Amino acid sequence: MRDEVVEAMAPFAGLVYGHASGHHRQARAARQALEDARDQVADLLGAAPGEVVFTSGGTEGDNLAVFGVLWAAARRDGGAGSVVVSSAVEHPAVLEACSVAAARLPGVAHVVAGVDSRGVLDLDRLDEALDEDVALVSVMLANNELGTVQPLPAVVAHVRDRAPRAAVHTDAVQAAAWLDVPASAPGVDLVTISGHKLGGPKGTGALVVREGTELDALFVGGGQERARRAGTHDVAGAVGLATALAAVAKEREEESVRVAGLRDRLADGLLEAVPAAVEVAERASVLPGHCHLCFAGVEREELVVLLDEAGVCVSGGAACASGALEPSHVLSAVGLPPAVARGSIRFSLGHTSTPEDVERALAVVPEAVARLRA
Amino acid sequence: MRVLVAISGGVDSSVAAARLVAEGHDVVGATLKLWGGPQSSGCCSVADVDDARRVAQQLGIAHHVFNLTEDFERDVVGPYVAAHAEGRTPNPCIECNRRIKFDVLLARARRLGFDRLATGHHARVRARPGGFSLRRGADPLKDQSYVLSMLGQSQLAAVVLPVGDMTKDQVRAEARRLGLRTAAKPDSQDVCFVHDAEGRGGFLSSRLELHGAEVVCDESGRRLGAVDAVELVTVGQRRGLPAAGERRYAVDVDVTARRVTVAPASRAFVDELTVQPGTLTWVGRRLEDGAEALAQLSAHGRPARCTLGSSDAPGVGRLTVRFASPERPVAPGQTVALYDPEDPDEVLGGGIVASSRRLAPAPR
Repeated sequence: MRDEVVEAMAPFAGLVYGHASGHHRQARAARQALEDARDQVADLLGAAPGEVVFTSGGTEGDNLAVFGVLWAAARRDGGAGSVVVSSAVEHPAVLEACSVAAARLPGVAHVVAGVDSRGVLDLDRLDEALDEDVALVSVMLANNELGTVQPLPAVVAHVRDRAPRAAVHTDAVQAAAWLDVPASAPGVDLVTISGHKLGGPKGTGALVVREGTELDALFVGGGQERARRAGTHDVAGAVGLATALAAVAKEREEESVRVAGLRDRLADGLLEAVPAAVEVAERASVLPGHCHLCFAGVEREELVVLLDEAGVCVSGGAACASGALEPSHVLSAVGLPPAVARGSIRFSLGHTSTPEDVERALAVVPEAVARLRA
Repeated sequence: MRVLVAISGGVDSSVAAARLVAEGHDVVGATLKLWGGPQSSGCCSVADVDDARRVAQQLGIAHHVFNLTEDFERDVVGPYVAAHAEGRTPNPCIECNRRIKFDVLLARARRLGFDRLATGHHARVRARPGGFSLRRGADPLKDQSYVLSMLGQSQLAAVVLPVGDMTKDQVRAEARRLGLRTAAKPDSQDVCFVHDAEGRGGFLSSRLELHGAEVVCDESGRRLGAVDAVELVTVGQRRGLPAAGERRYAVDVDVTARRVTVAPASRAFVDELTVQPGTLTWVGRRLEDGAEALAQLSAHGRPARCTLGSSDAPGVGRLTVRFASPERPVAPGQTVALYDPEDPDEVLGGGIVASSRRLAPAPR
């Protein structure tokens, strides 16, 4: 977590301990802090304070967007069919929410719109899925595995044109660390963000719900967040989230340039030093901190072990409940052959990354790959 | 030495890891994810992975989870199902050792720069002039040399079995002393990819079409009854078969003909079995025709004195195992492990049973 976030949250560990929904002085202090945080988040996300719903993170935000909109649509249209369209590369918190909704709610169908070979949403596939039965379209602002930025302004335009009933949701959990969300996704109805991707606390997040978007709550029994998300507020968490988002916004321009420079050095260095290395995404459409490469003829599980031992922390992919790596739905959506996908590694750079980190990776990775290929 | 320990979440592999750490080796733990479907038992379910991870934390060693579900499906589960479709009864835990643990995992350990692969198996590897030997574990009730009987010299050179010289009680006592979470955990008994609710029959019925079969008398050929699923009948079994007056053993299972032949105890004997070509392995030197050995036909079965020979099938050179005294019928697909009659703890080799020859009944 960022230092300023820890500092901002500290008072809430002891001194300011009121329940934000309470009526006494301590409660008012907590409430004040919560609302200040809300104002800050709203401002940075181009929303009105009343449009910000604090959540426990990205997963909850995505679940709330999907189930909330589909339940409300079912209620409103009296059981008529509702379609939810998502891209093929959404985070499981969206994909699984969509498929569970389709399985459990009568009349709901989930349609998946494919991506091109660089991991960007294919707008023709999207158009094929859009019609007046669609109640929700969910396309992430940037993909967490490849880092590819999706064409949200075009998505919104196409949806308004061809699916007038549909709300547009974007999972901006990854993107919010690097992009100005309201500028990158103007006109979107629902936006998910998560604190831990911003250098803020884990277990915090927010869902922006545009005025006029109908959404049923997942958590009921208390009426908080304008009856969209019941439960005692995590005031410290909200303060941490807001502080982190503000810090990101402040450094964004400079950090983007700095980190992209490190990333380019890393990616170009590895592509040169390691034979048969593939960069799936188009560099220009990738977030500054993402370096995703596939090393043919290597098992990512083995590479992760060797790199971990050499002090380089990378991700081989999403883990299942047991901690074992699962095949990537993103790489298969892109059409990458399984043999190549098995060697996929993501290097994430961020506000703590230094040139020394990059040099270390450049020193360690080519040798590790060569060793595993021998 | 750098040692990769396969920790399953059970007490044996936990203590194996602990002993290696105590001996000062550079130890890393790995748990295998082998099966993604529903499972009840121990051996690598999600709960077991959590236990394994916790033990690794308690021992202060790094822990990884390796997803080998594809290999496992291809090399263990697929063949298990196919064998049943042909009336054979394989031992999937043996195939897992042969194809996954001491093959895929061992290769991975070598690539990752480990000097040894360790497991919690109750067996012993000993260095001796000319190579390595494989011996029973110290606890006769828990000896697992049978399921390791396929190992050869190059594998034994790379394997460490740290709890092989301990009894189970000693293993548990050690785990308790170390405060390991797995100290009191019961041993896993069943096949890891078949869960209790479905049983073997339920699992196979989801993968195979099962067919009913007639059950006939070995002597008269008279129909005694029927079974619902011929693919689930194992040569040598008694349970679940029509008795018609006395307990009868399945002595032959013919899936194609949809027929199970049963014989009463007095007639259910075999005197010889043949080993499937290509499945025979020797720990050290290959034994010659006429050599004597002890044959063990199940994980904790009583070893039977036997003599080795070659079948006279032309060009095949199949190993035959002729028993000194009649034995109960053995199902094709089971493993026969051979031990040294002069030194009964020493494993000589093993193979998969192709068929067993029924002893002709004594003339009346």
